[in-house]
Amino acid sequence: MGRVLMKGTEAIAEAAIQAGCKFFFGYPITPQNEIPEYMSAHLPEVGGTYVQAESEVASINMVMGGGATGYRVMTSSSSPGISLMSEGISYIAGSEIPAVIVNVMRAGPGLGGILPGQADYLQSTKGGGNGDYNLIVLAPSTLQECVDLTQLSFELAQKYRNPVMVAADGFMGQMMEAVEIHPSATRDDPADTTWGLGFMGERGGKRSHLHSLFLTPEPLEAHNRRLQEKYGRIKETEQRCETYHVEDAELLIAAYGTTARISRSAVNNLRAEGLKVGMIRPITLWPYPTDAFQALPDGIRHILVAEMNAGQMIDDVKVATNCRYPVSFYGRTGGFAPSVKEIEDECRRLLAL
Amino acid sequence: MPKGRVEIHEKYCKSCGLCVAVCPTKVLRISEKTNTKGYRPVEQFKEGCIGCALCAVTCPDAAIEVFKTEE
Amino acid sequence: MSEVKIYARPVSWMPDVSSHYCPGCGHGIAHRLVCESIDELGIQNDTIGVASVGCSAMIYDYIDIDYCEAPHGRAPAVATGLKTVRPDKIVFTYQGDGDLASIGMGEIVHAANRGQNITVVFINNAIYGMTGGQMAPTTLLGQKATTCPLGRDEKVNGYPIRVSEMLATLPAPGYIARVSVAQPKYTIKAKAAIKKAFQNQIDGKGFSLVEVLSSCPTNWGMRPVESFDWLISTMMPYYPLGTFKDFD
Ligand SMILES: Cc1ncc(C[n+]2csc(CCOP(=O)(O)OP(=O)(O)O)c2C)c(N)n1
Ligand code: SF4
Ligand code: SF4
Ligand code: SF4
Ligand SMILES: [Mg+2]
Repeated sequence: MGRVLMKGTEAIAEAAIQAGCKFFFGYPITPQNEIPEYMSAHLPEVGGTYVQAESEVASINMVMGGGATGYRVMTSSSSPGISLMSEGISYIAGSEIPAVIVNVMRAGPGLGGILPGQADYLQSTKGGGNGDYNLIVLAPSTLQECVDLTQLSFELAQKYRNPVMVAADGFMGQMMEAVEIHPSATRDDPADTTWGLGFMGERGGKRSHLHSLFLTPEPLEAHNRRLQEKYGRIKETEQRCETYHVEDAELLIAAYGTTARISRSAVNNLRAEGLKVGMIRPITLWPYPTDAFQALPDGIRHILVAEMNAGQMIDDVKVATNCRYPVSFYGRTGGFAPSVKEIEDECRRLLAL
Repeated sequence: MPKGRVEIHEKYCKSCGLCVAVCPTKVLRISEKTNTKGYRPVEQFKEGCIGCALCAVTCPDAAIEVFKTEE
Repeated sequence: MSEVKIYARPVSWMPDVSSHYCPGCGHGIAHRLVCESIDELGIQNDTIGVASVGCSAMIYDYIDIDYCEAPHGRAPAVATGLKTVRPDKIVFTYQGDGDLASIGMGEIVHAANRGQNITVVFINNAIYGMTGGQMAPTTLLGQKATTCPLGRDEKVNGYPIRVSEMLATLPAPGYIARVSVAQPKYTIKAKAAIKKAFQNQIDGKGFSLVEVLSSCPTNWGMRPVESFDWLISTMMPYYPLGTFKDFD
């Protein structure tokens, strides 16, 4: 497939199919309906199946069952639907089942609105469900990245036997851009028969048992230790981050997803005026790209966190920089994104301090 | 009358008494022994088992195996 | 004259394991019937179980097959996922009445309504066993439970739900039957129904559910033999045994 103009949601769906995902379990919610619609139309063409679940509670549990076979499965939703999935996500993480979950975030809280938002940052990176677990969370800021990170998410999910979330926002989902979608190299990899359910015969009669329940404390603590050791490995190896004009920056914007696109334009405009502004863009919201923050130059006077929420990433920035720099926040909620001008004005204000 | 006999896996028996209640020939009883779990396992205390397997069909712990003698 | 073993411990029953169930609990009987069916159909290596939340959450410790757990009530959705990806495997859920008929009512209705080719073994013991005897959606009117200490009152708690009859009103599910394990004569029929529910899946026929009237001597406050007498005298009149729907 050459470069084609596609809507974000459809690009995500096609990327998943090209990554070898043959099974999708979904429930309608704006602004991500094109993903289940696309899957219902195109999965049968590759011998796959789309199942419309009765709720997000059901769809995430279908993903749990499907993923338990070792094959590539997926669901997508938007914020209120992800809330309903939180129980299932905790079980999937606890049972170490690979799964891909796309969240095309909208503005909250509650039913909120159907317009874009980034207010599920804390929910996706700090838990959402019960217990000590982590999702790998990937935040694309272009449609090509929606494609690439969706495909990467399947590989990470299987590599670590862990749920992976693609955290896109409503703008990413609804805008159109030219993308290139190639089949993943791993798309035809067979399921892992060493643990996948349904391969008891292949294992010579040795059963596999995926569970998060441990009624006695010793095995449960041992299970938690194993999980934490795995999360530690993920933190070491999977941090992803882009830095933009940080070398000589006096003011650094920290932003991801759509807000990072907007911030990039602001950086370009301010640089044209001779102002030393740069950007750091986490691509993995979990594991947080702490290493990149630690490596920031000393000349930075201030970090501005820009988000489409009320300030959810600010604590991570402070922790990742050991509070070496003053950190402040600019954001919009309700479905608005900060405009390029708003961010430029805030940068000028901060630089004048 | 057909002839049979039962073997009780004592370690699994929880002395619930369900088999004793359903045995048509009343050849089972809770014994005086104690198993590793602290239950008093069932025993066949007399001849007369007809190998009907009703006891095994009702045992929640699959503790009973039934044998039948064929002429 | 020769002696033959006519009843052996099922092969798929985990060797050398003693269950955690209370003495005389109907769960053990129902587990055994599932194991016998798996053995007789020769599907041990091809069956995937979905454990639910309740006293039977640890069923995977007793049946030696591939197993996945499900959150409380969600087993039919997990089973749907498994069967969608592995239509060549035999997938079944084993769920209690709190699990299936209360928190998981949505999942079971929709799995049934899709005619999902899975097998459901539904254990109705008219109580929340695992959490200590609270009122279940199936608790009988007047029956005492720890959250209806004076007995279930329809004005406050509504009526006990007849799941089999309700699901049988849907066009898609193929086989729905209610059986009991209160006496060998019922248990033999229960076994036939459970085996048939698996056979239906092997034959690709579609959704099969067997509701098993079972006991909870501990939370009913009865001795095992007494609990089965109560099941026959009090539960069975409200929950009649029978086949409510069948293929063909
Ligand atoms: C989401 C959630 N809510 C509540 C519980 C607590 N809980 C565990 S088992 C159970 C009831 C199970 O009753 P039933 O399904 O009838 O099974 P039984 O123990 O009677 O066999 C409940 C409410 C839970 N584990 N998860
Ligand atoms: S039914 Fe089984 S567990 Fe109960 S007393 Fe008899 S042998 Fe023991
Ligand atoms: S096989 Fe029949 S007669 Fe023999 S002990 Fe069991 S129930 Fe009694
Ligand atoms: S509490 Fe009730 S349902 Fe649970 S094991 Fe004991 S008797 Fe069985
Ligand atoms: Mg119950």
